Amino acid sequence: MSGHSSYEPKTGFERWMDMRLPVIRMAYDSVIAFPTPKNLNYWWTFGGILALCLGIQIVTGIVLAMHYVPHVDYAFNSVERIMRDVNYGWLIRYMHANGASMFFIAVYIHIFRNLYYGSYKAPREVLWILGCVIYLLMMATAFMGYVLPWGQMSFHGAVVITNLLGALPLVGPAITTWLWGGFAVDDPTLNRFFSLHYLLPFVIAGVVALHIWALHVPGNNNPTGVNVKSKADTVPFHPYYTVKDGFAISLFLLLFGSFVFWNPNILGHADNYIPANPLVTPQHIVPEWYFLPFYAILRAVPNKLGGVLLMFGAIAVLFVLPWLDTSKVRSMRYRPQIRPYYFIFLVACVALGWCGAHSPDDPVIPVKSGFMLLDSDINSYVWLSRIAALYYFAYFLVVTPILGLTESPLPVPESISEPVLSHPARGPLETAAASKKG
Amino acid sequence: MSDTALGAKPDPHVSGDDPNRRDFIHIAAGAAAVGAVGALAWPFIDQMNPAGDTLALASIEFDLSKVAEGQQVVVKWRGKPLFVRNRTPKEIAEAVKDDHADMRDPATDESRHKPGKPQWLILIGTCTHLGCVPTFGGGEYGGWFCPCHGSVYDTSGRIRKGPAPKNLAVPDYSFLSDTKVKVG
Repeated sequence: MSGHSSYEPKTGFERWMDMRLPVIRMAYDSVIAFPTPKNLNYWWTFGGILALCLGIQIVTGIVLAMHYVPHVDYAFNSVERIMRDVNYGWLIRYMHANGASMFFIAVYIHIFRNLYYGSYKAPREVLWILGCVIYLLMMATAFMGYVLPWGQMSFHGAVVITNLLGALPLVGPAITTWLWGGFAVDDPTLNRFFSLHYLLPFVIAGVVALHIWALHVPGNNNPTGVNVKSKADTVPFHPYYTVKDGFAISLFLLLFGSFVFWNPNILGHADNYIPANPLVTPQHIVPEWYFLPFYAILRAVPNKLGGVLLMFGAIAVLFVLPWLDTSKVRSMRYRPQIRPYYFIFLVACVALGWCGAHSPDDPVIPVKSGFMLLDSDINSYVWLSRIAALYYFAYFLVVTPILGLTESPLPVPESISEPVLSHPARGPLETAAASKKG
Repeated sequence: MSDTALGAKPDPHVSGDDPNRRDFIHIAAGAAAVGAVGALAWPFIDQMNPAGDTLALASIEFDLSKVAEGQQVVVKWRGKPLFVRNRTPKEIAEAVKDDHADMRDPATDESRHKPGKPQWLILIGTCTHLGCVPTFGGGEYGGWFCPCHGSVYDTSGRIRKGPAPKNLAVPDYSFLSDTKVKVG
């Protein structure tokens, strides 16, 4: 979408079109000839996987909307009708429900790949921020979609999440009433959530277009984090990365299919197959797995407003990451000192998710320590989530800014090709390995 | 933009001049557009607030004779659960005893029921933390326990432990007769 175009219209129609609306040129420049670093590994295939996920969600979602009824008296039954009576309704709904989880698996891998290889750093800050916007929109869309079947988890999840905004001082109660369209989560709420759940995926598609545009201005980052220096560092997107992405997509679809066909409900909650009852809250209420880390942060704070602010802060901090990171070296391949902190960060995120799935007061190790620290037993999920949440923020606000200034990075290669073709340490080893194989 | 190439009649308007008729048109058109968008924004925001029929359903009457001593009936009011509790003398005594205990949202038991009717406790049954429905009989204060995030309320519905910031709310209600209340 930027720079020199190598497209040459070949047929009469292409020439005619190129003078009027050069879409073929645009497609050629961005997915056929686009110069892509030749060293991208499989962590780079998740962009393509994510585009596919969005496509699957939109197509299955449009079909589901043809059969779904957004009314408190009919919503639950219309979903059951889709499952039992609509031809292939079970397949389409299971694709859509599990598709949301697959979308989040892919987006989390995509985000962690970004963090490791420093893809958010200059000149890709806007690209990164657009990605954060997409992630926020995905969360809003997923949340509202989960409300639509109007089961117990749908309803009480909606109650809890909308009440989060009630924590805001002064305007909180007015905002929740405005969101609900009444005095509680009810029919008006369900209707507007359906409307917005249908709208937001198209907004996401729009931001994805900007995201890809912003990607194609500087081009892809790559595992070395070194800028592309010459044509020798790149290969055309097609066939090299269409095939690589295609292979990764095939593997990803195997995972997707294994959920849809063998374990379609394992990522959901049995309580959501009970119709919504505003008078009884399920004994154990948890959000979908992809929200668990944020849920754990929310519960780690013994103050309502504080918990809400910290939870939103966990996402807000991502937006300013390009300016928190003081290191000039992009890829952590050449930043040995930060690598352990990065992997502990990964563990902290998983730990937060694990804490989010458990009751705050339950013991982590199944023995009562009996040692109280402030308000809770030291051996409880609430303390584990406090430690993990503290690390989460410390990683962005302390480790990233300070280590960038104090670390001594390894020498960065001259170019993408250089370490492969002429690195003195690597050359003989690789030749030896190659000759062994041969 | 090469207006100079058109040459013959150069634009008399040079920036820095006093506002002329063209500026007036620009400013007036801009102001009208901003005003129209601003005026239209409110209807589009306000349409999401509770509609007339939703507001009309906002009050209910309830017959207390259905509730035996020590029992609690949950009715739906404004889409939320309403706890109507007929308290035992023991529960009332426990609530009064704790009137001056250290509490997050201090309130006497007397302020939470109608004068002379301490047995009738009417509360909005949504946890003041994030709106789950607390269950009666849980927690160490003999009152309600919220299953979502572990808030504990006493027999007067006052918050005693956990993340909730406020006591269970007492709705506006009045006794129409000895056995009938109007809520809302």
